[in-house]
Amino acid sequence: MNIVAFAIIAILTLSAALAAATLQKLMHAALCFAVMFVGISAFFFLLGAEFVGLVQIFVYIGAVAVLIVFTILLTRHDQEKTRGFNWGGIAIAVAVFAGLLWATSKTKSTAIAPPPLQELTVQRIGELLMTGYVWPLLCIGVLLTAALIGALILVMEDKAQ
Amino acid sequence: MTLSAFLIVSSVLFCIGLLAALSRRHAIFILIGIEMMLAAANINFIAFWRFSPQPAQPIGVMVAIFAIAIAAAEAAVGLAIVIAVYRHFRTTNVDQLNQLKG
Repeated sequence: MNIVAFAIIAILTLSAALAAATLQKLMHAALCFAVMFVGISAFFFLLGAEFVGLVQIFVYIGAVAVLIVFTILLTRHDQEKTRGFNWGGIAIAVAVFAGLLWATSKTKSTAIAPPPLQELTVQRIGELLMTGYVWPLLCIGVLLTAALIGALILVMEDKAQ
Repeated sequence: MTLSAFLIVSSVLFCIGLLAALSRRHAIFILIGIEMMLAAANINFIAFWRFSPQPAQPIGVMVAIFAIAIAAAEAAVGLAIVIAVYRHFRTTNVDQLNQLKG
């Protein structure tokens, strides 16, 4: 695994995430959010999970980022006016990061080299989805249908009023 | 390149998402922070799959695919709630949304 590629992808992803979390303008933050998901997909490609990387690009950049941009445009007149910074949030985030870092450094088996990569083909993923993981797949189908209907009902205009 | 490098990157990403979810006032930023935390968890799943001694069992990949599907459903419903709240209260600032009664 290439350490230079890892460093470049990590810097791109984390700086885009920090920009998406701290920029004042919503539209700039949404575009940085899309860039961050390009970086995360690059991590998946680096780790040998090409199918998940492609799914990430399709779902997040193709659907979720566009959905967020549409929502920003529909709620445009209400920009964030208070520039107050919440120090409590920063303190909690730093504390959680310190805890995670402590747990990662205490675990002994994390300093291992990766085993040789075995090709994970889309055919194998499809076979697994249709055999061993068929009940989770059906549940995801029901969940997506329920989410679709629920989102439609939530944004439907109330004709009675 | 070890597993701990990926774990540290995903912890940083998780904490940035937590910061966005906790300290921003705008509802869309809170959703962006939640999506960041879910993506950090996905990086962990894929990294643990890649570094596991039995890569022939792609459990981490399967969990990551299902997590992406659930995150997409969550984003759709969350943004629909943001639009519904904006229609009702004419604001998306979560500090001003302090009443349940319409």
